[in-house]
Amino acid sequence: MTDTDYRRIDDVVDELFDQHPPQSTEPEEFWGAQYDLGLAWVWHEEGFGGLGLSRKDQPHINWRIEEAGGSTENRLGNLLGISMGAGVLVTHGTNAQKQRWLRPMFTNQEIWCQMFSEPGAGSDLAGLSMRAEPDGDEWVINGQKVWTTLAHLSKWGMLVTRTDPESPKHRGLTYFVVDMETDGVDVRPLYQITGEAEFSEVFFNDVRIPDENRIDLVGSGWRVSLTTLMNERVAIGGNTVPRGSGRIAEAVEVWKRSGSVDPLLRDELIHLWTEVEAARLTSARANELAGAGVPGPEGSIGKLAWANLNKKITSFTLDVLGLEGTLYPGGYELTRPTSFDTSMPQKAFLRTRANSIEGGTSEIMMNILGERVLGLPGEPRVDKELPWKDVPRG
Amino acid sequence: MGEGNPTAVSYAQTEDLELIRATARQFLEDRIGLEVVRDLMMSEEGFDRSLWKEIAALGWTGLAIGEEHGGAGYGLIELSVLLEEMGRLVTPGPFFASAVLATAAIDTAGDDAQKATLLPRLASGETIATLAVFEEPRGWDLATPATTATADGTGWVLDGAKPFVLAGHQADVFIVAAALDDGIGMFVVPADAPGLDVTETPVLDPTRRQADVLLNGVHLDGNALLGGDESTISLRKTLRIGTACLAAEQVGGSQRCLEMSVEYAKTRYQFGRPIGSFQSIKHRCADMLIMTEHAKSTAYHAVRVADDDDEFAIAAPLAGSICSEAYNWIAGETIQVHGGIGFTWEHDAHLYLKRAKASSLLLGDPRYQRQLLGQAIGL
Repeated sequence: MTDTDYRRIDDVVDELFDQHPPQSTEPEEFWGAQYDLGLAWVWHEEGFGGLGLSRKDQPHINWRIEEAGGSTENRLGNLLGISMGAGVLVTHGTNAQKQRWLRPMFTNQEIWCQMFSEPGAGSDLAGLSMRAEPDGDEWVINGQKVWTTLAHLSKWGMLVTRTDPESPKHRGLTYFVVDMETDGVDVRPLYQITGEAEFSEVFFNDVRIPDENRIDLVGSGWRVSLTTLMNERVAIGGNTVPRGSGRIAEAVEVWKRSGSVDPLLRDELIHLWTEVEAARLTSARANELAGAGVPGPEGSIGKLAWANLNKKITSFTLDVLGLEGTLYPGGYELTRPTSFDTSMPQKAFLRTRANSIEGGTSEIMMNILGERVLGLPGEPRVDKELPWKDVPRG
Repeated sequence: MGEGNPTAVSYAQTEDLELIRATARQFLEDRIGLEVVRDLMMSEEGFDRSLWKEIAALGWTGLAIGEEHGGAGYGLIELSVLLEEMGRLVTPGPFFASAVLATAAIDTAGDDAQKATLLPRLASGETIATLAVFEEPRGWDLATPATTATADGTGWVLDGAKPFVLAGHQADVFIVAAALDDGIGMFVVPADAPGLDVTETPVLDPTRRQADVLLNGVHLDGNALLGGDESTISLRKTLRIGTACLAAEQVGGSQRCLEMSVEYAKTRYQFGRPIGSFQSIKHRCADMLIMTEHAKSTAYHAVRVADDDDEFAIAAPLAGSICSEAYNWIAGETIQVHGGIGFTWEHDAHLYLKRAKASSLLLGDPRYQRQLLGQAIGL
């Protein structure tokens, strides 16, 4: 960031603080003012929550707000909207769409969710089946989405559908924004192996979406989806955690409490510690070398390493607990969780099994590393040029 | 245990580092490519003295020696770049023994007079030195050497055996660890000292030779003892420097194995497809990439914190453990990716496998490094 940018940003931040003291202003009002002054997504153009600056300038703004006792909780509370939906709207949306959706998204008044995966389309997202058929100036949607975060709290959903089954799979997709309160949208809790339902299944039964809620052209849904996923990468990656923190800290804690003097257990713990530290240093090195821009495919290294380590560490922790590891204090309750707390080792062990599946399976991540970083050839594709309706599925 | 973020280091490649890397890579590829490595590996002496002179003329032997002692005045960061490049081509010879281990020992333990005598000769390459410390096959902790140093009025008398001395038959000077009445001393022993017997031993990795060294009543002057009573600490520091530099060399080897494997996976066809299009091979290569990147991170970190004793006590064994495991696994999988050809003498894969395995045992295997690490972080 240039000094001029810094001064310009700091001036605007000061203006925001003058008019809306961060500690005494209601968060919703503060976020609205933040949006109006172009400090929401500073790289957006003016009028849409930005000042036309760089993405790298945003952390400085967030830091200043937190320093002044203001809240940036909207970024977590409306994670999928603010970190992914906004990027889709500014890249592919019309001015009317940006005008309608960006501000209430940033003020957290309208929560967003993202509906991509389907029971029949996980790693092979472009093979999805949810149908959208035109009817006048509306579209009629039928099908099912799965693993949707925040669906039960959302006002708006980002939705990828199939509009042309005759085209090869990547070419027959169209992207919409759907009002989650529309008739025919049925959000049901999806209970995972912890017994909790962090996610939902969303059923669509003759749901009508006005054509004005279509994002970009009919048939360009794959391109829009890729924008979403690239923004997801930015949201997931990027943070360097302190040494010895997180899951490995929990394992160390449990090991110390156990009083174990088993040298094998000790070596395994230190071994895990070394792998965590190597992964942590790799994130730090990658961040320094890449700057704060959009990460390339190398970002998959971190996702893969952490998924693998989280699973190994939480499994090790149960080993340390021995027979205690066979207990499940509190038992399984089929509920919507009120927090994402996984400090109970048994629950952490279960929850981390998803780390190598969610946000791209480790197998897909390794394909990305193999093909896009190392330049190895792809698998022969049997479905690439086939009309989607003729692709075998099951 | 190390809380919070340790010493913030920068991994940026400065112009100096880029230049050292580019020069080293070009020289090594032009002058000591794998063809030459193979000749030297099977030769009597195991390295080429005229090449050693060229390396010295390039300033490599004195890279991390202070300018006041005829060196270039750089530090471990620059030295580690050289070692990474040498690791890529399993460069034979006494460089690691002399320019890393022995130089570090003299630099950390020697007094001003000793440094002024020894370091200029090491910097210019006219003297090749090595470290003779280990006695037991898994005796990396050097608790109590069986080799003794006895004061005899005018100087010292050394008795004992050092069966695993790197570059022993190539060295002009040995830095020998021996038990004093209290603690350990490091002694400068010239190769031609009466009572010193050096026998070359056949080794797993013939690009890095070893000798069995016997000390039978070797008489030394009083000033042969490096430094004084802080030798144990200096020795520990020397071995940490060795571990960090060896980690950089392991990184270079790992990176080269990854490149060989990927190249082969792109061009080798079976079942009508490049084998790299099969996920079993592709994912193995992806794992090699991840392990290489992790190894780089720990090695680069270690050489950047060498001046911070507490942090170096963590970073060096961390790099030792991670880089040894990475290189061993990657070199082994490189043979597997290549299939039958990878098991032949003709193919280069075995040079890396041998270097990888032997390197991981030189200064302490990964389990031992983890013990050191555990002590440093309080686990």
